[in-house]
Amino acid sequence: MKEIVVLSGKGGTGKTTVTASLAALAKNAVLADCDVDAADLYLLLKPEIKETFEFWGSQKAKINENKCEECGKCEDVCRFGAIENFKVNPIFCEGCRVCYNICPRKAIDMVDTLSGHWYISDTKYGPMVHARLGIAEENSGKLVSVVKKAAREIAERGRYEYIITDGPPGIGCPVISSLSGADMALIVTEPTAAGLHDLERVLKLAENFKVAIKVVINKFDLAQEKSKEIEQYCISKGIEVIGKIPFDEEIVRAVSKGVPPVEYSSGPAAEALKNVAVLSFEGVRIA
Amino acid sequence: MKIAVTSAGSSLDSMVDERFGRCRFFIFINPESKEYEAVENIYTGDVHGAGVQVAQFIVDKGVSALITGNVGPNALRVLKESGIEVYAASSMSVKKAVENYIKGKLTKISNPTTPSRHN
Amino acid sequence: MIVAIASGKGGTGKTTIAVNLALSLKDKMQVALLDCDVEEPNAHLFLLPEFKEKEPVTLPVPAIDQEKCTQCGICTRACAYHALARVGKRVLVFEELCHGCGGCGLLCPAGAITEIHKEIGFVKRGTARGIEFIQGTMNIGTALAPPVIRKVKSRIPKDKLTIIDSPPGTSCPMISAVYGADYCVLVTEPTPFGLSDLKLAVEVVRELGIPFGVVINRADMGDGEVEKYLQEQSIPLLMKIPFDRRYAACYARGGLLVEEFPELKSSFDTLWKAIERRVEA
Repeated sequence: MKEIVVLSGKGGTGKTTVTASLAALAKNAVLADCDVDAADLYLLLKPEIKETFEFWGSQKAKINENKCEECGKCEDVCRFGAIENFKVNPIFCEGCRVCYNICPRKAIDMVDTLSGHWYISDTKYGPMVHARLGIAEENSGKLVSVVKKAAREIAERGRYEYIITDGPPGIGCPVISSLSGADMALIVTEPTAAGLHDLERVLKLAENFKVAIKVVINKFDLAQEKSKEIEQYCISKGIEVIGKIPFDEEIVRAVSKGVPPVEYSSGPAAEALKNVAVLSFEGVRIA
Repeated sequence: MKIAVTSAGSSLDSMVDERFGRCRFFIFINPESKEYEAVENIYTGDVHGAGVQVAQFIVDKGVSALITGNVGPNALRVLKESGIEVYAASSMSVKKAVENYIKGKLTKISNPTTPSRHN
Repeated sequence: MIVAIASGKGGTGKTTIAVNLALSLKDKMQVALLDCDVEEPNAHLFLLPEFKEKEPVTLPVPAIDQEKCTQCGICTRACAYHALARVGKRVLVFEELCHGCGGCGLLCPAGAITEIHKEIGFVKRGTARGIEFIQGTMNIGTALAPPVIRKVKSRIPKDKLTIIDSPPGTSCPMISAVYGADYCVLVTEPTPFGLSDLKLAVEVVRELGIPFGVVINRADMGDGEVEKYLQEQSIPLLMKIPFDRRYAACYARGGLLVEEFPELKSSFDTLWKAIERRVEA
């Protein structure tokens, strides 16, 4: 079983569109949406939820007013600025338990928090694991780990050939969790100054993991010069660019219709996406 | 003498679980007498530093060697510092893995085989 | 006054709005631009600031004096992040798991724990075209964006209009960036992705109690669902930017829209008036 995780560094380059196209073309795959902050893969794959699970991601401190003598020690020791006027602001509490350990009146409890939900669903392309992080909740990295673990178990049990994962943007904690254990990182970039800058950063991160790395340039024809610059950069790094997808309004229409572009259109972008899928599956098989 | 094996089930016929921090069971076994104890891994749902925690658990059990599939850098550091030798086994039963261990046929893991999990 | 530019979905145009809004106001007032997208900071690619100062952002992590340590195990049990392990006669520290809460040091009865400062990123300060520019960058491989964002925000100048370029999403980095803002501009695009992520971002800013409005970028590339949603929810639509290959090309090479396209300059002026009116009200 091989896992392809689709990443980008910069947001909005087309990760989900690429992931959905891979999902639609893979014969034997489990699908996972690890962009738990802003999960969008469901819009194209239309999952039918089979099982819902609660995600108890963290603990937060809570001050028991009846026991609290307002000595203020908890506020002094909290390094996250989460305690003010003998009240805990759950948005800033990181669950470190320092206040709980230090309170002389034992007036602080650590309370488990429901930080989100995750789902096992069916789609016409295969089983899908996805999640929704609660509003203003932290620990998206942990929820990513939960989603990935469930996807891997389903893939092992059902002897699926691939796991195809839609990753989060950035290079922070949920991205690190997404990369963990993957066989290939497929990085979708765009021919812009920001796209290149962010590609460089996410590549540096991915190089710390034992993953094969491939790059796709989306909307490459909107800025041919920048596109060439990105290709040159990848060559200099010894990284293969396995696809260049042209700008094509058919993609926007497919997304608006809620259909993976490779199923909606046979235009130039859809054809390029098909090619990317073929090369990704080939690439990960030998990874 | 006691060694630990990460296992997918609670018996010696179970397969070696290749995951370390998130394996289903640990089998603690005396390789000579074959006396063993299976303990469920209670840390699988734990999202913070599972590797370190599980390594600490293994260390506290006082084993001299561990047989598993993959180990990350944090867990390996804890195990190494405690003088526990780590051996790799995959696609075989716990019984077979222990036999291979006695015969000296398992490869020692001296470098992490999975990247760090920061959470 | 602090205005945060944010969005649930990445790549909708946050940086474009932040940079061009700052540029269109710099002759009228003192403006500071803070790049709080510390995982992937981009605003400097457009403004090419001249940096004068660089300071590290550090996280206090424990260092164990193994001579003083009695291996009592209090610190390893107290650490909520399992960043400490007791092994034989030593306590090991796993710095990348540490959140820097300081609990172990406070609780150690032997006084064996001191703190060292581990670098997790840096903040650079300078100016660009008369705009005060402050940028945070998180080191690659680090997992903690919020401390870097907090450090950037600790440098917010008084008496200046401060524009914050926020990271995408709805979790801790985005919240750290927009918290405390007087107004939040949510940038979206008129696609199902844009709408789905906008709804999440709206929930966050409502939860935080920050007044907000929406900018629709590439406004003619999609459908009318976002506008319908804004009307239903009585959310102000502050500005629409149409899709234009010339704008896309300008962005691609790191160009500045308000300098190259006069028609957009007046749109940004209108955007500012709309924000100002709502903050004063």
